[in-house]
Amino acid sequence: MKQFETVIGLEVHVELATKTKIFCSCSTEFGGEPNSHTCPVCTGMPGSLPVLNKQVVEYAVAVGLATNCKITQNCKFDRKNYFYPDNPQNYQISQLYLPICRDGGIEIETEDGTKKTIGIHEIHMEEDAGKLVHDEWGENSLVDFNRSGVPLIEIVSEPDMRSADEVIAYLEKLRLIIQYLGASDCKLQEGSMRADVNLSVREAGSTEFGTRTEMKNLNSFKAIRRAIEGETERQIDLIESGQKVIQETRRWDDAKEYSYAMRSKEDAQDYRYFPEPDLVPIVISDEWLAEIKSCQPELRTEKLERYKKEFNIPDYDAKIITSNKKLADIFEETTAICNNPKKAANWLMGETMRLLKEHEMDVEDISFAPANLAKLIQLTEDRAINSSVAKEVFEKIFEENIDPEKYVEENGLKTVADDGALRSTIEKIVAENPQSVEDYKSGKKKAIGFLVGQTMKATQGKADPGMVNQILTELLK
Amino acid sequence: MSLMSLTAVELGKKIRAKEVSVAEATQAALDAIAAKESSINSFVTVDAKGALERAAKIQAGIDDGSLTSPLAGVPVAIKDNMCTKGMLTTCSSKILGNFIPTYTSEAVVNLEKAGAVILGKTNMDEFAMGSTTETSAYGPTKNPWNTEHVPGGSSGGSCAAVAAEECPYALGSDTGGSIRQPSSFCGVTGIKPTYGTVSRYGLIAYGSSLDQIGPVAKDVTDCATVLETIASHDKKDSTSVKRDSYDFTSALKDDVKGMKIGIPRDYFGDGLDAEVRDAVMAAAKELEKKGAIVEEFDLSLVEYAIPAYYVIACAEASSNLARFDGVKYGYRTEEFNGLHNMYKKSRSEGFGTEVKRRIMLGSFVLSSGYYDAYYLKALRTKALIKQAFDKAFEKYDVILGPAAPTTAPRIGDSLSDPIKMYLGDIYTISVNLAGLPGISLPCGTDSKGLPIGLQLIGNCFEEKKIIRAAYAFEQTRDYVHSPMAD
Amino acid sequence: MANIISDETIEYVGILAKLELDEQEKERAKKDIGEMLDYIDKLNELDTSNVEPMSHVFPVKNVFREDVVENEDGRSQTLANAPECKEDSFVVPKTI
Repeated sequence: MKQFETVIGLEVHVELATKTKIFCSCSTEFGGEPNSHTCPVCTGMPGSLPVLNKQVVEYAVAVGLATNCKITQNCKFDRKNYFYPDNPQNYQISQLYLPICRDGGIEIETEDGTKKTIGIHEIHMEEDAGKLVHDEWGENSLVDFNRSGVPLIEIVSEPDMRSADEVIAYLEKLRLIIQYLGASDCKLQEGSMRADVNLSVREAGSTEFGTRTEMKNLNSFKAIRRAIEGETERQIDLIESGQKVIQETRRWDDAKEYSYAMRSKEDAQDYRYFPEPDLVPIVISDEWLAEIKSCQPELRTEKLERYKKEFNIPDYDAKIITSNKKLADIFEETTAICNNPKKAANWLMGETMRLLKEHEMDVEDISFAPANLAKLIQLTEDRAINSSVAKEVFEKIFEENIDPEKYVEENGLKTVADDGALRSTIEKIVAENPQSVEDYKSGKKKAIGFLVGQTMKATQGKADPGMVNQILTELLK
Repeated sequence: MSLMSLTAVELGKKIRAKEVSVAEATQAALDAIAAKESSINSFVTVDAKGALERAAKIQAGIDDGSLTSPLAGVPVAIKDNMCTKGMLTTCSSKILGNFIPTYTSEAVVNLEKAGAVILGKTNMDEFAMGSTTETSAYGPTKNPWNTEHVPGGSSGGSCAAVAAEECPYALGSDTGGSIRQPSSFCGVTGIKPTYGTVSRYGLIAYGSSLDQIGPVAKDVTDCATVLETIASHDKKDSTSVKRDSYDFTSALKDDVKGMKIGIPRDYFGDGLDAEVRDAVMAAAKELEKKGAIVEEFDLSLVEYAIPAYYVIACAEASSNLARFDGVKYGYRTEEFNGLHNMYKKSRSEGFGTEVKRRIMLGSFVLSSGYYDAYYLKALRTKALIKQAFDKAFEKYDVILGPAAPTTAPRIGDSLSDPIKMYLGDIYTISVNLAGLPGISLPCGTDSKGLPIGLQLIGNCFEEKKIIRAAYAFEQTRDYVHSPMAD
Repeated sequence: MANIISDETIEYVGILAKLELDEQEKERAKKDIGEMLDYIDKLNELDTSNVEPMSHVFPVKNVFREDVVENEDGRSQTLANAPECKEDSFVVPKTI
């Protein structure tokens, strides 16, 4: 049996988090009635002209810097010509000849811990297309230009990946970097991050590339993994049966777990790129570049190191918390208020994760205020509530973002810390349970648990368990 | 004497002096249009009702002192490739036969702010592709000097309307000579400003890197006044240039003493009609008499401008005109089988022969394997042409030559041989490639009684020099009204 | 004529430009494009090996907009000239 190696390069499209479209002042807000976020520019009306959104350039440069690219200080736009109804001008304004970033790379770490650098060939800016809705029963498709002109960057990797694991690791790393920069929310399901997979196979040890195919329509990590596995298999089957792989674009159908060729006679794939005459060149001066650099937020690797040093939290904890920008933000805000990083980390890694899973939510969906978590931590530190009450209160914070101080007060959840009252309650319980006292005294130390339980029951859970233990031990001497 | 025989500035004065009301001026124009359109066909759309309504509003603005522009209340015609909100805008094409824009081009907005009364939209070569106004889907425009001849193009409708005195002035657009050449053929004056001076927003693009809007009128004073009104730095047009000054009228001085005028020898070779040559040389003599220093020189590269132009303009046009596909606006074919068939049928039925020819040529020169050989070669040639002009303007203030090698040809003589027709733009095209300003103004008539145009070319942003030279020359002769004028 | 335009080329350009020509138009287009290219080949007389292609004639650069929403609901204007529309969308023959 021949051994085959899979060679993969990715073209990742990321929708930038600008308020307006790339060439007009229409909102980029998701949703909205069809064609409500449109104007003459983004619908290709005759005589309309594009004007570049400065923020797009700054985001693109920021991503380029964070992925170790060289910034093209003299760059420009080109037109890519092709007819399709989601493309109102029947050309897309993109960059071919002088893309804004080139020759970068990021280091990935796969699950088994191996590190590897994936090269980035280029990053270019372009406009997104509109949306086509297909009438299931009729003969028509409907065109909505709300997404037309939403700014994209396309990040083109080198063919450096060899497995689905590496691809996922690369995408996750890329996503994290871009999220940290605030340049995009990178949601695969909503299409704000999209990956096209260029894949070829070759005999292990060969230095030449095989014929590659490009796969589109991959909108989850799972779909990407399945598509890579499916396409690898398809290409190996072709080669082993003496057939040839055809260079083509294929559309992945995740439900059927199969890809289909997207070829037609009318699709010449000859894009007739030429410099966009309606836009002037972009010159990124050293000063501008320095300004963007200085505004660059702290990225994950730096944050991870800082957490370990500044907050003295373990590597494992720091990794989990920095694995998502939002989680890290909540952590930092909480810590800034309550000055208790270890506790803040514990709440986020433990209860928060548990509740997210239970509610089938993403970190992005967290809606509670860090101040409320900080207050909760303070309440437990002050021993105003015990840990089981704290868990109950946290659920309320997580679900309804309640103010824990108020909630504890209103629901009378404060720990009974009055030594006298607690002592008399316990004395009563000791008197009522001679058998347990007997057992304890005869060496069955576990019997104290029953007495603690009875005390908690009598105090409706509000007693401080440490104090209960202490008083009981005293009384049972 | 008809009000329409006045210049725009003269009529504006009378309106502001309350000698003539805006409604009277507008009605005079509408009457002239009604009387002459059957023989000239310079308009695609006449909006009589809208013009009269607007006239009343503008009159109120003049009366309350809010409208003080020299053009306030003066009627104007707009070339039909500039979008006008609520008014049909066809580019003289079937494919836009029902297109009513929801926005107005910036140049027209500037006119409206000054209180201009828009009469309607003028005929043109379809999508400005042509030199005769014969490629219009709405029939050819005739030359007011002799209706068996073409008015030139592509702004033939605008120039014929001014020459026939259907309106005092008009807007045209110039991609390769489309204002200057028909101005020359119709015996009127037209300016193609420096690229970036007048916003292209709302101008339906032909060759984006070459297109400029400019005025067409009876004299240099009108043209300078209109240019001053329509020129602006527009944030909606990224190629709009922020100029230090938008004053052009202060250059209206009869003074060319010491001005250095260069005459390119290469403009006077084969193909130039002898009568045109003599009239242009006589004009140069007049300027010399007024104290200008006139010299002949070799500009070089003149014969390369046309091939470079056709590559660049057609390439850009092939992309610019891709949006006309029957989906969002304009013509959609009745019957079709699937998406691509709908595209092909709508476009093939909607575009005329010349437009299709240029789209195909443009698509070809950009297609895989030809881009370097044709498109990049043309852009390199353009750079050389710009250099040649830069060198010339180190020595000269103004370049003087003919606007076109001949006077207006007969209707039907040009379209059969496209290359011959393209050669007619030899003196105007390089000006667009280099982004320079140019003016064409009448300097005589030939033995057939057809007007001859003089072209003055300036360095970029130096409209004032060509305006001054043109104004000085204009003082040496009287304006000759066309036979179609009353 | 040095540039011979084949039927295949006309067919191919027709796909790129979305134009469909009848037989007569095709013959005319072949002739016209061939002649135009012969004429354009005149540019080969020029040595441009050390010349940068010039796409913009003036050195204008960095023309930007600030990222501020200014446009409101554009539906009615966008759809005003639509040959066919439904549910606030343009209708086209089915694309898949």
